[in-house]
Amino acid sequence: MTILKRSLRILFARAEAIFDWSFGQLNNPLANLGSLGWFFFWIVAVSGIYLYIFFDTGIIDAYASVEYITHQQKYAGGIMRSLHRYASDALLVVVFLHILREFSLDRLRGKRFFAWLTGVPTLWFIYVCGITGYWLVWDQLAQLVAIATTEWLDTLPFFGQPIADNFLNSSTLGGRFFTLMVFMHIFAPLFMLLLMWVHIQRHARARVNPPRSLAIGTGGSLLVLSLVYPAVSQGPADLDMVPVTVNLDWFYLLVYPLLDVIPGGQLWLILGVGTVVLALMPWAPPAKPAPAAVVSLDNCNGCARCFEDCPFSAITMERRSDGLAYETEAVVNVDNCMSCGICVGACPTATPFRRASVVIPGVELPDHSIATLRQRTLDAAESFDADRRVLIYACSHSGAEALQGDSSKVITMPCVGMLPPAFIDFALSRNLADGVMLAGCAAGDCFYRLGDEWTRQRVAGERDPYLRKRVDRDRLSLCWLPEGSRRRRERALATFSASLAQLPPNPGKRASKRD
Amino acid sequence: MTRLLRYALQILAYAGFAAVVGYFSFWPRYEYAEPEDAVVKLSLSHAASRARPCVRLTPQEVAELAPNMRRTEQCERQRVPLLIELDVDGETVLQLSVAPSGLWEDGPASVYERFDLPAGVHMIAVRLRDSARADGWDYTHVEEVVLERGRYLTITFKPETGGFSIR
Repeated sequence: MTILKRSLRILFARAEAIFDWSFGQLNNPLANLGSLGWFFFWIVAVSGIYLYIFFDTGIIDAYASVEYITHQQKYAGGIMRSLHRYASDALLVVVFLHILREFSLDRLRGKRFFAWLTGVPTLWFIYVCGITGYWLVWDQLAQLVAIATTEWLDTLPFFGQPIADNFLNSSTLGGRFFTLMVFMHIFAPLFMLLLMWVHIQRHARARVNPPRSLAIGTGGSLLVLSLVYPAVSQGPADLDMVPVTVNLDWFYLLVYPLLDVIPGGQLWLILGVGTVVLALMPWAPPAKPAPAAVVSLDNCNGCARCFEDCPFSAITMERRSDGLAYETEAVVNVDNCMSCGICVGACPTATPFRRASVVIPGVELPDHSIATLRQRTLDAAESFDADRRVLIYACSHSGAEALQGDSSKVITMPCVGMLPPAFIDFALSRNLADGVMLAGCAAGDCFYRLGDEWTRQRVAGERDPYLRKRVDRDRLSLCWLPEGSRRRRERALATFSASLAQLPPNPGKRASKRD
Repeated sequence: MTRLLRYALQILAYAGFAAVVGYFSFWPRYEYAEPEDAVVKLSLSHAASRARPCVRLTPQEVAELAPNMRRTEQCERQRVPLLIELDVDGETVLQLSVAPSGLWEDGPASVYERFDLPAGVHMIAVRLRDSARADGWDYTHVEEVVLERGRYLTITFKPETGGFSIR
């Protein structure tokens, strides 16, 4: 499993490096697969609503109505039909890439199981939507779909009389089953939407819209495809004639060629077992959860910044329970907490400047206390053996530990978003380093979802807690690169180090041992 | 120049994406059946006779039953399996014994079979046993058919219209 994950990760990393360069990190299509899925879903939904207005839901007139939409309204209904088809295919492509990528990045284990688990039935709904959709056109492909699907369903021990009888020949043509498909094609996407909504429930500020340029690019490419190669029907269905060869949508209808080589019952079994295995992936093997964030009520003033910044909706603000003169207090939902520490980075009391003997912020991770982080910063500063000292705060998923050297000291933490901006000020104003580098995951693709974004905003003074204006931004470098970008990260460090050489010595007062 | 190259790569990526989607949305063509063959479908759903004959109850036995449960015959629910044979040009190509549906095996037995047959003239013989008899057949049908390539031939069964029909 680990080898498979690593291999996939390498493949994705290589592709992402090219896309990063071409599209820019925030617009990298591979970092936006989930939101692209939503985007394609909405294209399918809107085009589907348009098509339904003109579609005749009876089996006799369905084909004629689709022909009317396709040819009589070539530049309206015709394009809508093509977009409906191609966006459905694109949806499946990005969904499978999304699954593979999340699997390779291990973003499914432990408390992250929820999104994975709820995504599995969504996959089935996508196929139900696709197969019933092809059925409705009632052309030769639809005939094949109808016959092969009902024959396949008949291999299940649920149906008393073969439902394939509905499509035995033209004299037994069953319109009732066709009408059932129409309803399924309407209601399955609604259920799918409900599941998609559940899928992102544990994600605060879930990205359901791709970056505008990506939406324009992918939507535009599907539009051009619709114009160049419009989707058309394949001749009317005739239940007395065998649909000998058809143009198959291999994304959705792969199951029919498979049925030529695998008996129907066995294929159900394979898909059923495959679904269960897929659903159990988060527990293969079970992850050892890190201790959840802990609130120290003595230091929590109920400011709600941790609540605002938590990427996993693991913090709620509730009525004060300790009698202090604040309205609310932060409460951590242990089941949702991923121990990323982003709440710690948001806490205004998490400052290394405090001279209390033990620094305890309002919220912190038991395994990565702020006091320890402060001490690690002081220890790292002591251990520099060269000039142009660069203190690197790195997330443990970035692979930035490799930057450790005589003039660069790396302090890792679960996520760079855990670092309160005051630490940057602390390191520079106390002259603990000549420069500070924050090394995290790729921009827009943080392992903990929002760590990079919040950090950028905090540094830019757009989000509480701000990095103080007095901090010389020339002495700060933000490096957002995916894991495995060792050379790019080394180049970034070398560039930053060279830029520090152009600056005068750090004017900060040297920290004393007492600090 | 670099900027142009980046845009070019983006356009290439979008074009590649559209090409993959467009191609696999239609191609390669799928051959569902042999072009030179016809396809025969045998479909029937039929409740066979009961496994044991009903026993007529005596007036005394009927009287002993609760008023709302009184009936003149006592029948076991279980039915016999359907036996079906299909010959093509004198050769048996299908021989099935189909159990009745239901937990008590008291429902109809259903058969749905599909197979390819070369186009041309064929002699089709189909036989069905739906009773507890030890040998012989309750329904038989023999018919010479002319199969056209790419056409379906359906064999159905309805006892109320005389048994098998081939279309």
